[in-house]
Amino acid sequence: MRKVIRKFVANEVAPYVEEWEEKGEFPREIVKRMGELGFLGLRYPEEVGGQGGDYFSVIVLAEEMARCGAGGFPMAIAVQTDMATPPILEFGTPDQIERFLKPAIRGEKLAAIGITEPNHGSDVASIQTRAVRDGDDWVINGSKTFITNGPRADFITMVVRTSDKPGYEGLSLFLVELDRPGVTISRKLDKVGMRSSDTAEIVFDHVRVPQENLLGEEGKGFYQIMWQLQGERLIGAAGAVGMAQYAYELARDYAKERKAFHRPLSQFQVVAHLLAEMATEIEAARHLTYAAAYRFARGEVPTKEISMAKLVAAQVAHWVADRALQIFGGYGYMMEYPIQRIWRDTRLYRIGGGTDEIMKEIIAKQMNI
Amino acid sequence: MSHWIFTEEHQMFRKSVQKFVEKEILPHVEEWEQAGEVPRQLFRRCGELGYLGLKFPKEYGGAGADLVTEAVFIEELSKCGSGGVAAAIGAHANIAMTPVWKYGNEQQKRKYLEPAIRGEMITALGITEPNAGSDVAAIATTARREGDHYILNGSKMFITNGVHADYVCVAAKTDPSRGHRGISLFIVESKWPGFRVGKSLRKLGWRSSDTAELVFEDVRVPAENLLGEENQGFYYIMKNFQWERIWLALSSVALAEKALEDAIRYSQERTQFGRTLSQFQALRHKMVDMAVDLEKARHLTYYALYKYAQGEDAVIETTMAKAYAGEMVSRVTDMALQIHGGNGYMMEYPVQRYWRDARIQSIGGGTTQIMNEILVKRLGIVENQ
Repeated sequence: MRKVIRKFVANEVAPYVEEWEEKGEFPREIVKRMGELGFLGLRYPEEVGGQGGDYFSVIVLAEEMARCGAGGFPMAIAVQTDMATPPILEFGTPDQIERFLKPAIRGEKLAAIGITEPNHGSDVASIQTRAVRDGDDWVINGSKTFITNGPRADFITMVVRTSDKPGYEGLSLFLVELDRPGVTISRKLDKVGMRSSDTAEIVFDHVRVPQENLLGEEGKGFYQIMWQLQGERLIGAAGAVGMAQYAYELARDYAKERKAFHRPLSQFQVVAHLLAEMATEIEAARHLTYAAAYRFARGEVPTKEISMAKLVAAQVAHWVADRALQIFGGYGYMMEYPIQRIWRDTRLYRIGGGTDEIMKEIIAKQMNI
Repeated sequence: MSHWIFTEEHQMFRKSVQKFVEKEILPHVEEWEQAGEVPRQLFRRCGELGYLGLKFPKEYGGAGADLVTEAVFIEELSKCGSGGVAAAIGAHANIAMTPVWKYGNEQQKRKYLEPAIRGEMITALGITEPNAGSDVAAIATTARREGDHYILNGSKMFITNGVHADYVCVAAKTDPSRGHRGISLFIVESKWPGFRVGKSLRKLGWRSSDTAELVFEDVRVPAENLLGEENQGFYYIMKNFQWERIWLALSSVALAEKALEDAIRYSQERTQFGRTLSQFQALRHKMVDMAVDLEKARHLTYYALYKYAQGEDAVIETTMAKAYAGEMVSRVTDMALQIHGGNGYMMEYPVQRYWRDARIQSIGGGTTQIMNEILVKRLGIVENQ
């Protein structure tokens, strides 16, 4: 399967990445195409249109997607496969699976996950977007930001406050079609990296959704989203490892080609040792991620291990990209060369899906420190 | 920043540059970043204000001031928060004009140094080539003597101000058989036939500084445009690198300072979990770490500046300062971005620009790895054979 995906990425994604980065978005067709190839439901059961594979299928997908040379488009796909949709399978009704999950797996509907708000990022428990019961419906008011796929998504899996209970107690998950009246994409965000992924700030102004769009039990939203975040962080870790591996290979190949002082850069001990360090750090991050994935695949939710994997993979990925850029010297600073894009893209891993600092908070709590 | 190296006069000058930056630079930074260049008018304005000839003698229109005064200007310009703006002016006044002053004859100084001090001519330094960066001795551009001209052939890469320069101080091999001992420096006017701006380069940062690939195809350089002595160019270049390293160290420190200020301010304004970010111990200590890292770089840099300004051999000090400050500014801007969270990733917030601009400081003007190589020799870690 890795071979198949690698070929797909090399032929149908990598050649277009430059263009998508310039445009600030990927074409919808590629998502449809991936749906047709079965890539968007690798570990979903066949009953819902998936391939019935195990969790490592998506780890492989995330690693291989990174080889397109950008982090943006792979991140958008990861939202589709492993952030916005898993809660639907886990908590959804057959009707919701029919209306939202199946079309997402087919690549017909683009999905987004909505947690972050302009004033609530790290502090998920304090989110303010409010859904008020009105007859058989809920009316939603508020806003979400930094929403990957937001500008063009068909629906968003979002966490809202459904009662006046304080903090995490009053939260619920909803599936909201983004063509409902009252939904406005207020801003397409101009980011320093991940530019092939379009990102939005979305405003909900008296958006009416039926009771059938409530995902799972009312009031359980915090636990649901905490569960969702584990999968989000794990897939993020896998993507980061993939980007790190790709950056390392670019640097290694360049170091063997580029000459200075009459010899290839790789023949300078400092450079050779640096490449060795890079490879070692990648392996450490990889195996930490795989170990967490192994347990996740068996139905466990090893929060501490997942947080550690996300923390380490994110830091390693950007450090490797940074050292790779250094190996490219002046050319590393040129937009023409891909390494500066990997440097910009990997920078987000230490922030998105939970900052390094939040990962440390979680780890400390998990260790009863 | 009060430090024993700066007199009251220096600090008064600092205030006047700060005012200039606030009024005439800051409002335009975004626009110049988008345009990929600063307007020619900026050079003229800086020339008018005397900023381009601070260390040059009054007889050429300079201020006849000391090197510390020029250092103050470099710092305050860099605090505009755009490495590109600082680089455009800096490459002109602090780096490219210096060899003309040091090694040029009277005629060359009148013709090239004076108008550059007035900001009427823009200049660039052309040493690096597509296949010779760290290894300056390996440059392949040739200057073949033919009667009363030299015929210049070759190309240069990553030349700051290269797109708009009126003249470039070009390093070329007058004797390709002698490696570094066959290099000469020439003043080459960009309007001469055969001088081509090959490509205006799109960069990760320093976007308000135009950077070019230059191509020389049988450019006829009059013999009187040779700077100094033939085949002495390598030594001129190496000497010039001292001030360039100080420039890079100073600009690194200033940019880091700007980033730290922004980070502290943001951490005091942004609230999460019911308190300001500045109330989280982990973040507070991070900002302290940034401040200490910055101070280490600052003091290394000021000491190098002091020694160099005294006329002493300061190769170790300038090289250490450049190496350390160049790495420090990436650490500090990276953490400043982290403190801004998701907002740090938005083009709307300047911190991402500080982060992108900082990244070149450990590459340009000699990579940290090359700085280390120099130090290995100078610190006696490797005995000279």
